[in-house]
Amino acid sequence: MEVRGWTYLLVALAFALYIGIALWSRARTTAGFYVAGRSVPALANGMATGADWMSAASFISMAGLISFMGYTGAIYLMGWTGGFVLLALLLAPYLRKYGKFTTPEFLGDRYYSQLARVVGALCTLFISFTYIAGQMRGVGVVFSRFLEVPVEFGVVIGMGIVLLYATVGGMRGVTYTQVAQYCVLIAAYLIPAAAISWKITGNPLPQFGFGGAVAEGPKAGLFLLEALDALHRELGLPEYTAAFVPGKKAMLDVLAITCALMVGTAGLPHVLIRFYTVPGPRAARWSALFALIFIALLYTTAPAVAAFARVNLIQSLDGVAYADAPPWFRSWEQTGLVEFHDLDGDGRIALGGGAQGALGELTVDRDIMVLANPEIAQLPAWIVALVAAGGLAAALSTAAGLLLVISSAISHDLGKSWLAPGLSERGELRLARSAAALAVIFAGAQGIWPLAYIGQVVAYAFGLAASSFFPALVLGIFWKRATREGAVAGMLCGIGFTAAYILWFKSGLFGAGPEHWLFGISPEGIGAMGMLLNFAIAIPVSLCTAPPPAAVQRLVEEIRLPDRSGA
Amino acid sequence: MVAGKAEEGGAGARAYWRANLRVMGVLLGIWFVASYGLGILLVEPLNRLQFFGFPLGFWMAQQGSIYIFVLLIFAYALWMDRLDRRYGVALEADSEAQEAGGDSG
Repeated sequence: MEVRGWTYLLVALAFALYIGIALWSRARTTAGFYVAGRSVPALANGMATGADWMSAASFISMAGLISFMGYTGAIYLMGWTGGFVLLALLLAPYLRKYGKFTTPEFLGDRYYSQLARVVGALCTLFISFTYIAGQMRGVGVVFSRFLEVPVEFGVVIGMGIVLLYATVGGMRGVTYTQVAQYCVLIAAYLIPAAAISWKITGNPLPQFGFGGAVAEGPKAGLFLLEALDALHRELGLPEYTAAFVPGKKAMLDVLAITCALMVGTAGLPHVLIRFYTVPGPRAARWSALFALIFIALLYTTAPAVAAFARVNLIQSLDGVAYADAPPWFRSWEQTGLVEFHDLDGDGRIALGGGAQGALGELTVDRDIMVLANPEIAQLPAWIVALVAAGGLAAALSTAAGLLLVISSAISHDLGKSWLAPGLSERGELRLARSAAALAVIFAGAQGIWPLAYIGQVVAYAFGLAASSFFPALVLGIFWKRATREGAVAGMLCGIGFTAAYILWFKSGLFGAGPEHWLFGISPEGIGAMGMLLNFAIAIPVSLCTAPPPAAVQRLVEEIRLPDRSGA
Repeated sequence: MVAGKAEEGGAGARAYWRANLRVMGVLLGIWFVASYGLGILLVEPLNRLQFFGFPLGFWMAQQGSIYIFVLLIFAYALWMDRLDRRYGVALEADSEAQEAGGDSG
């Protein structure tokens, strides 16, 4: 069977499975819709968190990004896993002990203020909407590349599927679909990675093949990374494993970006809400462990895939006559993801020199590193098709998680608690479902007609989460003296400063360029400064205002102990 | 029921919280050293050392730190289970559901 036949078959089977699961585990109450009745076992929640967390960016783009950045790619690897240590130690068990449904709700109760809750809900919506647009785009892109249908058609199908299982199934449906999606995406990532590792180094475990010796070709016998550094030297590029050299990010910027991604991970609302679905604080701790193990399977494989792809790309193309380029090069050239500009007119592909970030005469889209890898390694058709199913699983699972957070922020935090307090449980459930449906349509529209800024802003959702939620949550749990005024002022200044900095440099207004970066920190890393600013404002403001009421101090003491039931 | 069960605001609860903060301090210290310390600040000197086929600093940044993060959360979950039992604050429904969830801790 051809690649296309396999792709249709695998994608159809996967979709049937997701819908079947959603119908079987349909939610009938608000507790079922928002937090899956708090009955999800720690292991299942760990898998669901893994799928919820690993988006189209982790699955499709990350290895390609690392492949072009070398050492500096560690910002994503450490940033997007190290955040789970903060989440497990500082937030998950306490938020679960507090109980109830949403993160803005916790902010409202802890800071005895409807304003804190509304600010929290608006931050949730702002962060989640920027994030979800990228997911729907990812669905459309996978459809168009593997099934050869227009991007718009792919987005509409994706919208339909997510809408069906997120609105019918609620959190219960989404949780168990995410468990299935995790299995699909991890298989789709590990199988091609193992095959390529086997081919290049003779070791099927990518984590070890990464440090092994090259099996054949001109660099045979050298360690893979030595070979890669040598290839880069020959092309006049900075060595792959070198850090902070000219042409790569400076140390302070690497520190700031890693910190912003870590803290942002711990503050993302769709990840936090997953820890409300387990039976108790102890299950929250264990489920954070399972989540990180499942995530680490992909995250320790990605840098190996990045290195293999880099070696493959350079060795199979550098100095090759354009007319003799391998077949995979031809097929991806048609999609516009690889372009050859014969600058010196000799008809050969030269990868050396050229502008920064480019590869000589070649323009390569980063996404190709994962998507084309199975073809470059000449793997069987069903594995190529599996990659398409895996990319869809990654994008759909994250989109569904985001949809639920958006719907609960609208129906529970803005609707029931503020705008329409008289709402019955059935009414609230209806509002939650309609909010999810509207959010899907909004996200789908952005997938079809992407605003130029959206693609850029997605990466900054982390900075926004880092500078708003994280300090307010940590102070709320660990410092009884933190007051309403301190928290609200800190959140507004933190997210305001971060958003303004990002917009300023992204719009290029007033001639803004890298030479104006504050302490040399790029917009990607500014969330770390925003977080510090949030703390620096919240603490003195709290000390200058009246201490929180006794009831709130009791609430804090209560959430610190695992065994008392919520107020 | 464990004797001297921690009550909110009582001496037992305060001791439990102090023990919890100690566990957190130790683990977050290791977290900081493994990621920012060995993976970023000291990466250049460490890259002069070879670790199997890797420059050591590069390996810490792209592999080792992730393994350490997993071990840190594992240590945290085990350690907190012990504290919960010692201070008698474990939630029974939580523990039972947990064991059904398939972990042996």
